[in-house]
Amino acid sequence: MSGLKAHFPVLLVVVPLLTAPLLALIRQKQVARALALLSALATAVIGWGLVIAAREQVEPLSYHLGGWPPPIGIEYVVSQASAFVVAIVSSIAALGLLLGTRETRKEVTEGQQHLYYAAYLLCLAGLLGMAITGDAFNVFVFLEISSLSTYSLVAMGNRRRAFSAAFNYLILGTIGGTFVLIGIGLLYQVTGTLNVQDIAHRVQELEDVAPDSHNLTLLVAFVFMIVGLGLKLAVFPLHQWLPGAYAEAPAAVSAFLAGTATKVIYFQLLRTTVVFFGAAHVFGALRFGTHVLMPLSIAGMFIGSIAAIYQPTLKRMLAYSSVGQVGYLTLALSFGTEAGVQAGLLHLGAHAVTKAGLFCVVAAIVAGVGSNRIQRLNGLGKRMPIVAFAFVLGGVGLIGVPGTSGFVSKWALLQAAFASEHYLVAGLVLLSSLVAVVYVWRIVEVMYFQAPPVDEKTTHDNLAMVPALILLGASVLFGLFPDQVVELAADAAHQLFLEPGSLPPLPTGGHG
Amino acid sequence: MTLATHWHYWVVIALMMTGLHIVIARRNYVKKLMGLSIFQVSVIMLYVTMGKVAGGTAPVYVMEGEGHDAVPNLDVVYSNPVPHVLMLTAIVVGIATMALGLALVVRIKESYGTVEDDVVIEKDRAEEESLES
Amino acid sequence: MSPELTIGLCLAMPVIGALLVALTGKKPNLREAMTGLASLATIGLVLTLVAPVMQGDQPQWVVVDALLPGVPLAFRVEPLGMLYALVAAGLWPVTSAYAVGYMRGHHETNQTRFFVCFALSIFAALGIAFAANLGTLFLFYEVLTLCTYPLVTHHQSPEARRSGRIYLGILMGTSIGFLLLAIAWTYAKAGTLDFRRGGILAGHIDPAMLPLLLGLFAYGCGKAALMPLHRWLPNAMVAPTPVSALLHAVAVVKAGVFSVLKIVVYVFGLDLLHSTGSSEWLMWVAAFTLLMGSLIAFKQDNLKARLAYSTIAQLAYIVLGAALVTPDGIVGGGLHIATHAVGKITLFFCAGAILVAAHKKNVSELDGLGRTMPLTMGAFFIASLSIIGVPPMGGSWSKWYLALGAADEHAIFVAVLMVSSLLNIGYLIPIPVRAFFFPPKADEHGDDGQGHGHGHGHGGDDAKGGMFAGEAPWLCVVPLCLTAVGCVVLFFMAHWVVRLIAPIVGVAG
Repeated sequence: MSGLKAHFPVLLVVVPLLTAPLLALIRQKQVARALALLSALATAVIGWGLVIAAREQVEPLSYHLGGWPPPIGIEYVVSQASAFVVAIVSSIAALGLLLGTRETRKEVTEGQQHLYYAAYLLCLAGLLGMAITGDAFNVFVFLEISSLSTYSLVAMGNRRRAFSAAFNYLILGTIGGTFVLIGIGLLYQVTGTLNVQDIAHRVQELEDVAPDSHNLTLLVAFVFMIVGLGLKLAVFPLHQWLPGAYAEAPAAVSAFLAGTATKVIYFQLLRTTVVFFGAAHVFGALRFGTHVLMPLSIAGMFIGSIAAIYQPTLKRMLAYSSVGQVGYLTLALSFGTEAGVQAGLLHLGAHAVTKAGLFCVVAAIVAGVGSNRIQRLNGLGKRMPIVAFAFVLGGVGLIGVPGTSGFVSKWALLQAAFASEHYLVAGLVLLSSLVAVVYVWRIVEVMYFQAPPVDEKTTHDNLAMVPALILLGASVLFGLFPDQVVELAADAAHQLFLEPGSLPPLPTGGHG
Repeated sequence: MTLATHWHYWVVIALMMTGLHIVIARRNYVKKLMGLSIFQVSVIMLYVTMGKVAGGTAPVYVMEGEGHDAVPNLDVVYSNPVPHVLMLTAIVVGIATMALGLALVVRIKESYGTVEDDVVIEKDRAEEESLES
Repeated sequence: MSPELTIGLCLAMPVIGALLVALTGKKPNLREAMTGLASLATIGLVLTLVAPVMQGDQPQWVVVDALLPGVPLAFRVEPLGMLYALVAAGLWPVTSAYAVGYMRGHHETNQTRFFVCFALSIFAALGIAFAANLGTLFLFYEVLTLCTYPLVTHHQSPEARRSGRIYLGILMGTSIGFLLLAIAWTYAKAGTLDFRRGGILAGHIDPAMLPLLLGLFAYGCGKAALMPLHRWLPNAMVAPTPVSALLHAVAVVKAGVFSVLKIVVYVFGLDLLHSTGSSEWLMWVAAFTLLMGSLIAFKQDNLKARLAYSTIAQLAYIVLGAALVTPDGIVGGGLHIATHAVGKITLFFCAGAILVAAHKKNVSELDGLGRTMPLTMGAFFIASLSIIGVPPMGGSWSKWYLALGAADEHAIFVAVLMVSSLLNIGYLIPIPVRAFFFPPKADEHGDDGQGHGHGHGHGGDDAKGGMFAGEAPWLCVVPLCLTAVGCVVLFFMAHWVVRLIAPIVGVAG
């Protein structure tokens, strides 16, 4: 067993990656679903196994793909942070598949379902690979694997708008991905290596040689990567693709994407700023945090949340809320401190669980009343009491009421803000939470204060509620007993911040 | 950095800007995809030119000696093969993107009857208003 | 019984009660019995804590080591919390009995949900009372807001929805926008959120920032209804009267002022505030609220609205006591939590009883009501005297201590207190006077508005005069008589209360 365990880092990617084409060949949808679920569950188990493995280690675990030592060979790095992200992503993916039973049958065209599962697993493989790889070019490849499969997943929504939404996403996503590619190319040009740790070392050396004069190529590489990642992460004002994509995708896909895609990209953003270019340089000399990221984050927090108030459907509302929540994530990073990154990782987990849970609830609502238009939700408190209650639970999690995970992460965010003396920002964070109260309560009023329609029948999809309740339950559990996760996030942030110079330099040589 | 020694960068930049401009300015979905393709090609060019080492030859060992005694000549300057190899993957990604994009355009044409961005938006809005009322 | 277990049971009992009520919802009598049993068990358990606290013990229970990093979910019974818990839990059984009479007499719907939320609100109030740190306090503070929201919007009418919006908007808005900010700030500076004698902030924060932080706390506890953030309280009066009585005269609003008191004593520390004068501005705000609340109460014809504004003014007394940062001020504030609670709950009970029996909501309609509802109006009179502060009613002691607290350095507030007492007389006493001494408006019967005609239709069958119904159901009348007696008892018991809370400010009772 320990032999197998040693290969966990690569199995994490290989299991879903190899199951996917298999599913495309199996045209039997029942078998495909069972196999997909099995594969995702296995991946989740591996993901949590990696968390445990990473917890036992002071330094990140390194896995040499094919036995080639880095920096020539491709290295997979299981740091505390990447293991954390990977575990969350794989678990949500498994729950998303669990959700997809009846929903997917209804929403995805008959005869395409095995392809749906294949694309789903491909996307999962891409996301996990992106999080765990220690090779810059690999990041791009996995980014594109996940993106391409996401576009097709979005296009499987049951309205024709899904096509245009997917197309827009494809255009913007490809531009973002290509920007990242340009950034990686320029970075390679300067450093002559693609290994993340190696890049970090050499960038550090360059910055040490001439701390005052900015290396222009490095700066351009940085800008390209940030803009590219910002596009994929939907940082305001680069968020235009997100509402359409989340709203038109099948419900299970929305749940999956909301909990995973932006989270992995956020992890890339952390690595790019903190590891590649060095936190001291990015947040110190460049003032990227306070002068660029912070204003954009705050604008995103407010504009996303305010836009969420005016949306006609639940999915669009939750999508705009995600734009706002991404603002919190990037705000946490913008402090450029360990505490900030810790808060960011916590919010990553909290929001992933909460938002995925809410999208699962939406799936149950769609199954029940046949629509997620807010005006059709009247009297849902009476018609589907458990579903309505679950929505409220998720909603208060978004607001950050104590006892939910959202509170823990928001608290960490506040502490990070105070620690770096950004008092006003702390106030703004709370103010924007109040906007969340408005959009959540708008739904509550419709569900509990408007009389249910007399003639309409509601169907109950209990199976959809299983993942929803698991996710929201996890949110509450983490809200009440946060210390393990908080500790994990603290260690992960600490590990990310270790000066590249304090790690043993890798043997050089290799790339031109 | 002068135009003479770094002209290939200017080619890359020109292509890149052309591609981006088409993606943003054109309303036609097929044209958008064309622009996207040009944009991606410019990046491939960037990488390929990056690997070229001045005075270098193709990255295949120049052998000295005959038969089994042949040894590579390490004094020869070789171009860097890594960016070229990377671009193989990028080309595959580009083709996949293009294929998926075109497939989506086909489905859009089937369901909306048009591939013009503004018409699609207009139809979407009309549909939304009919649902609202 | 170990202290942990006692505290745990105190908190668990309302939750168990809520569960039992929910389970027995189909059988109203059994359900009401469950509420009664749970409430009696709760007060019984709370009472067992009094003796150790009186002896200077502070039983505590750490539930979870880290609710937040460095902030445990923990409870500690200190004197102030003991007092608040006694008030909230002690008035619960009385209110339960009243609620049964009221809800049935008034034919309310969704009674099961009502009693469940009611019990959960008591749970939250006890959590606030026993909280050992700001984190725990905030948690239960939010729970209380969320549990009372369904009670406020009980009727689910458009009016209830509108009021619910204001209720939630102000209470959540202030607690998240101000209180949480202040708590996070405190933690960032002091590194702890524990309530400690003498405060935790001294030496950790720039004194120039103290007034701002105090402001965030004072307005963050939106339940204290300091002007201009008082609007939620009159709006919450759309709720059924038992809710107004227990929650919006006792548990909820007192949670606000109790938090302010506790924060002033245990987070800032009296010395810190006193030496920096940071709370000076809060005295003026409290004095303003106190006078304005009374003046507005004058103008209200709706009885419950008048009582609501009176509550706003009375809460400001307690905030004033806290802001004075003198030992007497704190004792007066604490005492006022108890005396005002008993007095105001009586007034609300009476208002509800009048609504149930005579279907009247407005002060101007009460002429002559004393003849048909002598017990109710008598209780109203006694409670009014207590609110005004006339011996031998409990309210006189709390005002006495507040005046003592102000006399040394801020004598002007003594004058404010006096003026305010006059205003209290002005808006409370006319009500029993009208009821007892004015003749019923028999001649205006025809054009006296909806309420009057309605009352006639309902009460006409059983009342002698044919004009008014008699007293409300006995389940309504007995509780309000009990609490009226409580007002008098408190006058003679006040020294016990003072002895209970005096140690927190270091003076002998």
